[in-house]
Amino acid sequence: MNAFKALDFYALDDQFSEEERMVRDTVRSWVSERFMPLIMEHYEAGTFPMELVPELGDLGVFGSNLPEKYGCAGLSNVAYGLICQELERGDSGLRSFVSVQGSLVMWPIHEYGSEEQKLEWLPKLASGEAIGCFGLTEPDFGSNPGGMTTVAIPDGDEFVITGRKMWITNGGLSQIAVVWAKCEGVIRGFLVPTSCPGFSAPEQKHKFSLRSSVTSELVLDEVRVPKSAMLPGAKGLRGPLNCLTQARYGISWGAIGAAMAAFDEGLEYSKERIVFDKPLAAFQLPQQKLANMATDITLAQLLSLRLGRLKDQGTMTSQQVSMAKRNNVMKALEATRVVRDMLGANGISLEYQVGRHLCNLESVVTYEGTHDIHTLALGHELTGFPAYR
Amino acid sequence: MKIVACIKRVPTTDAQAKINADGKSLDSAGFQYMTSFYDEIAVEQAIQTKEASGGDVTVLTIGPSEASKEVRECIAKGADAGIIMTDADWTGRDNLATAKVLAAKLSEMGAEIAFFGKVATDRDNSAVGPMTATKLGWACVTDVVELSIADGKGTAKRESENGVETLSFSLPAIITCDKGLNEPRYAGLKGIMAAKKKPLEEVSFEDVPNQAQVDSLELPAARKEGRIVGEGAAAVPALIDALRNEAKVL
Repeated sequence: MNAFKALDFYALDDQFSEEERMVRDTVRSWVSERFMPLIMEHYEAGTFPMELVPELGDLGVFGSNLPEKYGCAGLSNVAYGLICQELERGDSGLRSFVSVQGSLVMWPIHEYGSEEQKLEWLPKLASGEAIGCFGLTEPDFGSNPGGMTTVAIPDGDEFVITGRKMWITNGGLSQIAVVWAKCEGVIRGFLVPTSCPGFSAPEQKHKFSLRSSVTSELVLDEVRVPKSAMLPGAKGLRGPLNCLTQARYGISWGAIGAAMAAFDEGLEYSKERIVFDKPLAAFQLPQQKLANMATDITLAQLLSLRLGRLKDQGTMTSQQVSMAKRNNVMKALEATRVVRDMLGANGISLEYQVGRHLCNLESVVTYEGTHDIHTLALGHELTGFPAYR
Repeated sequence: MKIVACIKRVPTTDAQAKINADGKSLDSAGFQYMTSFYDEIAVEQAIQTKEASGGDVTVLTIGPSEASKEVRECIAKGADAGIIMTDADWTGRDNLATAKVLAAKLSEMGAEIAFFGKVATDRDNSAVGPMTATKLGWACVTDVVELSIADGKGTAKRESENGVETLSFSLPAIITCDKGLNEPRYAGLKGIMAAKKKPLEEVSFEDVPNQAQVDSLELPAARKEGRIVGEGAAAVPALIDALRNEAKVL
């Protein structure tokens, strides 16, 4: 495999601080040296390289934009975005692992948790000593999570939680689950240790996408947790939706990484592959494809960079995140489809990266708000008319 | 213990070398830079020495202000401070001039041990470390693959084609580091954030003239195109003949 060459057509490097570039380059090197040699076999086997979790913890990628006080790196949101970009340049499963840990487990604990909950869980999650998952989606409630049927019933000093969650990244690998359930009709978040009696996380097998990411069902059968397990700061659907905004922000950057990997592979392949006595890249059709992809990637880079700066200054809106997630993931998916085609038969081999990225992005375009739901979120914002139902 | 890691900023390994019109220097347009591979091992050893024996690590380089990127990366890994000896002629300074400048600085800093890479990946001279030690009158062990330091003394192993040599020495000393001595760590993200709060100083120095000048540069001859001598077992005699009489490797 050739060394990865990152597309930076508009010299956006200048727009990043020295720390942001250093963070990106460190994660880029780690992915190239430590992750890339393993990914093909793990993807094929349907396993996540758990042996790398302590290294990810040492690097500091888990919850990297949360404060140092809790064992995190305290990075800017742009640096966090660049981390997501570099991780997903490796594989969406790797970025998903880190997104869930940071944005969907650590972020709600930091945002909605009590000080005791933060001190108990954030340092362990930052180091990778503990793994977490986020239980919102249910078998019958995906884009409409407000309809969830999982309930938490108060019983003395405890809550008794019963319900089922589906498509839960890291479910079977976790020690702690952030579970969303209705408590007296209001959606609340609970920190549920996965060792609790009545909790199980059967793996969802036979995926053709995100194969290096463990996806599980969460089954909660009268799981008892103390009253202190509830996240005191989250009341209503806004709680989990705000978590998803954090994760979608990272996904908008991550998708750029997958697109950059596909573009790089397509460009190098087309320069090396000789057809009719000249490189594939010397023909007009491949050039048009490369020009389109380079433009799409550059636009996505600009979108996420501006989004990150807005997030750093505290003015980012969820609708702006919807635009970046929707655009960047779809453009990345389209790029992988184009490169898969450019590689001919080689494009279906795991010896090349693009087929893996393509299959992964079929999940990424669906999870964390489907492409269509983000379309409606933007339509709602632009027109004032909600068209979800 | 005052520990110093001397590093060199070099073009990345994928840089395409082009010679300037003067025929004596490289066109650096489009070059990206990195810390020389073996110098990363030197930095790691400096940090490990601090972790084992206490003290502080300063990363020292001669180069442009832009070398702050490489020096900061080393600080992010666990060094305590950085010094860039700013030099407009940093790509053209010869080994002896470099060694004289570094020796004066190491002496001024009160360094007790200084780590260098065994060779810089751009000029391939393997000279500056030993020359610096000679100027200072310090012990020097080159190409080190194993090292222990305690109570002002050290023991080092170096590998050569003829076997493994074990040496003992007293500080102050200069160690040039070879692959295998350690596995350089990544700069953790917390380290990167901490690095911007640690001192990085730019200092000037009195010019030291080169004693050797580059007269000309030539790129290596282009590799000859490969040739397929035939297919299957029938091609073996032709292959052996080519290896023996053309390539002369048998």
